[in-house]
Amino acid sequence: MNAFEVLRFAVRGIGANKLRSSLTMLGILIGVAAVILLVAVGNGSARQVADRIEALGTKTLTVQGVGGSGALTPALAEALDDPVLAPDVASVSPVTSTQATLTYQGTEHSVQQLVGSSPSYFAASNSPIGDGAAFTADDAAQGRPVIVIGQTVADELFPGVQAVGKEITVNGALFTVIGVLDEKSSASGFMDANDVAIAPLSAVQQALTGYGPLTSIVVEARTPEKVTDAQSQVSLILSQRVQVPSGSTTQPYRIQNASQLLQTQTETADTFTTLLGAVAGISLLVGGIGITNIMLVTVTERTREIGIRKALGAPRRVILTQFLAEATMLSLLGGGLGVATAFIGSNFTIVGVRPVIVPSSIALALCVSVAIGLFFGSVPAHRAAGLRPIDALRYE
Amino acid sequence: MTVLDVRTVTKVYGQGAATVHALRGVSLTVARGEYLAIMGSSGSGKSTLMNILGCLDIPTAGQYLLDGVDVSRLNDRQLALVRNRRIGFVFQSFNLIPRTSAVANVELPLAYAGVKPAERRRRARNALNMVGLAQRGDHEPNQLSGGQQQRVAVARALVTEPALVLADEPTGNLDSRSTEDILGIFDDLHAAGRTILLITHEEDVAARASRLIRLVDGQIVTDVRQQVLA
Repeated sequence: MNAFEVLRFAVRGIGANKLRSSLTMLGILIGVAAVILLVAVGNGSARQVADRIEALGTKTLTVQGVGGSGALTPALAEALDDPVLAPDVASVSPVTSTQATLTYQGTEHSVQQLVGSSPSYFAASNSPIGDGAAFTADDAAQGRPVIVIGQTVADELFPGVQAVGKEITVNGALFTVIGVLDEKSSASGFMDANDVAIAPLSAVQQALTGYGPLTSIVVEARTPEKVTDAQSQVSLILSQRVQVPSGSTTQPYRIQNASQLLQTQTETADTFTTLLGAVAGISLLVGGIGITNIMLVTVTERTREIGIRKALGAPRRVILTQFLAEATMLSLLGGGLGVATAFIGSNFTIVGVRPVIVPSSIALALCVSVAIGLFFGSVPAHRAAGLRPIDALRYE
Repeated sequence: MTVLDVRTVTKVYGQGAATVHALRGVSLTVARGEYLAIMGSSGSGKSTLMNILGCLDIPTAGQYLLDGVDVSRLNDRQLALVRNRRIGFVFQSFNLIPRTSAVANVELPLAYAGVKPAERRRRARNALNMVGLAQRGDHEPNQLSGGQQQRVAVARALVTEPALVLADEPTGNLDSRSTEDILGIFDDLHAAGRTILLITHEEDVAARASRLIRLVDGQIVTDVRQQVLA
């Protein structure tokens, strides 16, 4: 009895009861596919969150005004750009943002976010120019009415037409389109990241918002590693410059750090993945119990056959290997098909998430399924192979 | 030349009040080429004796020598070898492997003996030919009649050319025509010099053997050589 012969016997054993064998394989298939796919979904959603946050820029800090206190002024923004007190700050962009209605030859579009800022905002907010050019420091200083629009705005106002160079009105004020932003990776949450327009701060204040306080100040650190240093420097300057209003214990501003946000979000996503993996692991376990049950039934049912084989001179070892080979083959086939199913399934978007398969989950799921087959197959097979032939033959 | 040498073998089942003495000291020698029939009412211990002779069961006490080898001293692996090479067993209930073709059933002992597939197939076909089932080799057991199944079982017992053929009521489940077929095969085997042990409770089956032993309550009561009929 060589290995090939044992395999042929096992194939014959599996083929002898096709329905039962395929149901057993189905159990393992579902278990393995669920583990791989659910972990992939968790992983995919973690990637998605990370991508969104990275799109915001990992080098940036955002200083946000709290409760309309008016603490953030252009002067404060200039104070933050201090090479002595804040050496790790690369650029500071004062931001005022509002909603506005853009009109071009009778076509109206209400833009979610009209940002007034300095030219450094493009780099800090990770918004590269696709077509045309960004406004310059000179434009900003002169308060020229020029505007850079996002893809969504360009598609709405200028369908199939070159946008750069056209004149549009923003809430009645005339602006010239000088550039179109690159398409940004999809919406961050429910907001369309491409539904945006950026103009010089002075022009926006003059035409739209008036010279009130800033909405926020975007600070860019020199490198992603320097973000924490930059944050402490910024917060030191702010604490010196901004007075805490009497009768309040909280500061009138808040500093947000994209990499901190990224970290928290990643941790949340990891928890999510672990949870999904655990649920899928349970389904694999249930599949394993299914295999146990089937193997027990199969071996018990074939006790008589084992008796016949022993009476014909089959050594104990051959009986044992035959049943182990059957169990392993069942779980391997089921596991292999499960991996294939998971690969096919990962091509589809599941609950809005594109699954990203984790290679180690494939290895883990396959190993577990084979281990289940071996373990739960070996216990009944051992018992049967150890029977005296006469007892096995008498078994009904 | 002695094939079987059984020395005061006893077999006890159960313990305490439920103790059953299936065999109470059976001694028996069988020479090569003998055709031996064992008769006895049910519960007389004839099946127990057969199982011990076929190395399927072990005696409680006593010695059993097969071809001069003390079987009780063999380990599991060696016993498997003895069952495979020296003994061909025919059961009352045929005991073919279900959902497996007749020729694959006959090949099975050869597979365990490590014979190469092509050689195996050739010898299995020959054995089936001998029992007159050459055309039915690819049928599965449930596609064969009882008599045909038993002939496949006989072919399986013969295919390794064992020293000893043991048949435990081989015709017990068969009609008279199939019984005649099977006994005809045994007659041929006997004529060819094989040693055959056969259990039966039918007088006309026993009458074809060259030696008849009667068992009562686990002991041999008569042991006579008889003129072969037919």
